Amino acid sequence: MIYDVLVIGAGVTGTLIARELTKYNLNVCFIDKGPDAANASSRANSGIVHAGFDAESGSLKAKLNVRGCAMMKDLARDLDVAYRNTPSLVICLSEDDRGTLEELYERGIKNGVPNLRIIEKDELRELEPNVSENAVAALYAPSAGIVSPYELAIAAGENAVQNGADYFFEFEVKSINEEKDFIAVSDGNRCVCAKYVVSACGIRSDEIAEMTEDKDFDIIPRKGEYMLFDKSCAGIVKNVLFPLPSKKGKGILVAPTADGNLLVGPNANIVEKDDTDTTTAGLDEIHKGALSLVPSLPPLKNVITSFAGLRATPSTGDFIIKQSNTISNLLHLAGIESPGLASSPAIAEYVVQKLSEMGLELTENKKFEPTRPKVTRIRELSDKEIQEKIKEDPSYGKIVCRCETITEGEIIDAIRRPMGARSVDAVKRRTRAGMGRCQGGFCMPRVTEILARELGLDLSDITKYGKESKLLFGKIK
Amino acid sequence: MTENIKIAIIGGGPAGLAAALGAYKQGVSENDILIIERDSCLGGILNQCIHAGFGLHRFGEELTGPEYAERFIKQVEDTKIGYVTDAMVLSMTKEKEITYISPSKGLVHLKAEAVILAMGCRERTRGALNIPGSRPAGIFSAGTAQRFVNIEGYLPGKEVVILGSGDIGLIMARRMTLEGAKVKAVCELMPYSSGLARNIAQCLDDFDIPLKLSHTVVDIHGKDRLTGVTIAKVGSDLKPIKGTEEMIECDTLLLSVGLIPENEASKGAEIEFDKITSGAVVDNFRQTSVNGIFACGNVLHVHDLVDFVSAESELAGRSAAKYVTDRIKSCNKSITKPTGGVRYIVPQRYIPETVDEKTEFFFRVGKNYRNVYLKVFCDGKEIMKKKLLRAAPGEMEHITFKGQALDAVRISKELEITIDEEV
Repeated sequence: MIYDVLVIGAGVTGTLIARELTKYNLNVCFIDKGPDAANASSRANSGIVHAGFDAESGSLKAKLNVRGCAMMKDLARDLDVAYRNTPSLVICLSEDDRGTLEELYERGIKNGVPNLRIIEKDELRELEPNVSENAVAALYAPSAGIVSPYELAIAAGENAVQNGADYFFEFEVKSINEEKDFIAVSDGNRCVCAKYVVSACGIRSDEIAEMTEDKDFDIIPRKGEYMLFDKSCAGIVKNVLFPLPSKKGKGILVAPTADGNLLVGPNANIVEKDDTDTTTAGLDEIHKGALSLVPSLPPLKNVITSFAGLRATPSTGDFIIKQSNTISNLLHLAGIESPGLASSPAIAEYVVQKLSEMGLELTENKKFEPTRPKVTRIRELSDKEIQEKIKEDPSYGKIVCRCETITEGEIIDAIRRPMGARSVDAVKRRTRAGMGRCQGGFCMPRVTEILARELGLDLSDITKYGKESKLLFGKIK
Repeated sequence: MTENIKIAIIGGGPAGLAAALGAYKQGVSENDILIIERDSCLGGILNQCIHAGFGLHRFGEELTGPEYAERFIKQVEDTKIGYVTDAMVLSMTKEKEITYISPSKGLVHLKAEAVILAMGCRERTRGALNIPGSRPAGIFSAGTAQRFVNIEGYLPGKEVVILGSGDIGLIMARRMTLEGAKVKAVCELMPYSSGLARNIAQCLDDFDIPLKLSHTVVDIHGKDRLTGVTIAKVGSDLKPIKGTEEMIECDTLLLSVGLIPENEASKGAEIEFDKITSGAVVDNFRQTSVNGIFACGNVLHVHDLVDFVSAESELAGRSAAKYVTDRIKSCNKSITKPTGGVRYIVPQRYIPETVDEKTEFFFRVGKNYRNVYLKVFCDGKEIMKKKLLRAAPGEMEHITFKGQALDAVRISKELEITIDEEV
């Protein structure tokens, strides 16, 4: 079969583009080299829906960020994804830096960020009693928010599939060839053919460009390390707290997450493309950075996990969204670093418009369903709703993940849904089972059992996250 | 659904079972007791502890975990004490209203006259230690690995490094070895093990497994499955010493780095907690700072031996029974005070006039001691001095009082236990 459009990469931009394409009468497919959506940058970032004051005015980043931020709330509602409209505060820790704060404000106004203002010390302390005594003022952006990035990517992928898109995982692109009427994309064994191809490969987007002899940009992988604190620490800040930005980026933030934890990070170090290791020095660095904003940060024994993600920093300084010079029906997306998550809904729109300019015919898909079927989350229901749900399906009364109150019913649903979970981590990212303070110590064997039962596999076939990440070495004697 | 009960016991492991039997033997009807167990059967963690060594103190014989549990489960079944399984407590209040959820009963609001907290503990994670590196498959808490081997019958690793020499880690070193895995090293951050001496002898020494004291894991390698860990020696500040790093190839890292009382459900009841034990502050009846809420077992403080969990829980059960029948009034409580090398004392409070020869005060020391004096003071006056040949953080100590010392305790406001190194 020849698809109308193939999207390479199932990060948050890739799956949102695929979903956007299903709004039209098109045969859509998306592929990823990993075992699930949200494998790379989309699974390890700050989850901030930036308001849009950081990017250079007039840049693609600025335009798509402000628009994406405005779209996020409705999108998250449609896709049933954790989102909170949490304002952001850029904290100015010295009178000497006030000039930089004002510049940021001016840029935000120019970029069209709504309701932006500078607040003084007293108002800041009222909003954030735990902020450093050194804070003199802050830039307050009430339109910002927080969203669960992997949940958004997965939900968009699921909704695209629900609207007819196909997908292939563990499909690592080895070649892209332009044939007479289509483009052939192959992993060496399998081949997917499409009239149009969108490359949304994040950290590897320059490799796709190189493969098609079209490389006029570089991607510099910048690693960001994070520490996630227990939910009991979440009250320490109410808004997303940034330091003033520097050349290295937006700096080390202290923020609540959409799911109610406390997140600290990231630093920014240039590394190799597959380096997502955390380091002692890196964790120290983000700890110090966080303490400078919030000196009363809870002790490190409250950290439940630390992780690192890569940002795909472009050599050009701006998002790159452009038609290939060598294959006319290929569109490159590259350098989608922060504010990529915030921009992603707008990027999806923009990409479809670009494809249309490239000749893709768009007729409205009248059957497009923008909402994905609601996910039952016992922890969010009223007593009455819980009662009814358990009556209808008793597996919703069986708690598997104690820390996050996730039931067996929720895990089964995550496996059975379109683009369902196939590994322990895939279940985790869909349901939060294993994301709590015991980090799966209790529920992981149970989740493994449920996966094996649902998928008709042996326990030793179940992986942490696809490929060679098997958890068990077969039966004991 | 709203239900009423006299005594609700949260947790059906060794603590909950003994507490239920304690209350029953004190005269509470089987219909007035309800054990709420989150797993599908009673017995708790004992079910996966298939090694022997349980019950030496209590029964004078070595039982396996399931055998030990069975003795209590049988009594609960025989006496027809009420219990519900697959039931998870979501919240509780100081008014003793418990909300729990289960597939068979749905969401239940339970109003209890007395509550016994018996939820046990959970294992500390890699995150809490901030071990850097990658995040591959093959890193398990020792308890998770134990469940895979003993309950599911699957081997979670072939070449293993264990971080932490807690008892579960030691037991798993032996268990994995017996199943054909190669345990390359057990690393312990401290200069001493936190496990029982007998476990070090029987689980490591007998199998030539090296115990590397003052060592920790400083890096984790591997993308999909673990390929190795880097360990390093630590100094007296417990920080890794540069230049001592050593890479060990392995496919599995087991963590046995401490246990944390699982008190999340009790937080809603506004009881007072002890920062050292992470459990409730209790008196000599194991009553918490909220009248009618009792705590026992590993949710109160982490024990070494289940025998002591059972004894403590029976006491909590009897106390809860007295509370619902006699309505014990609140009374003035005196305070225990750990000083010197003593890290904590349970109970933290006591009602002086109720202390008798059987009242036990449990404590743990903060490091290894040899030939030191244990001293007890009441309101500043020394009432007892006892030579300790050895004391270790891994072994809980306990004392009782009689004669003049007891008389002094029974009128005291403060009881101080300390270690005196001046011999």
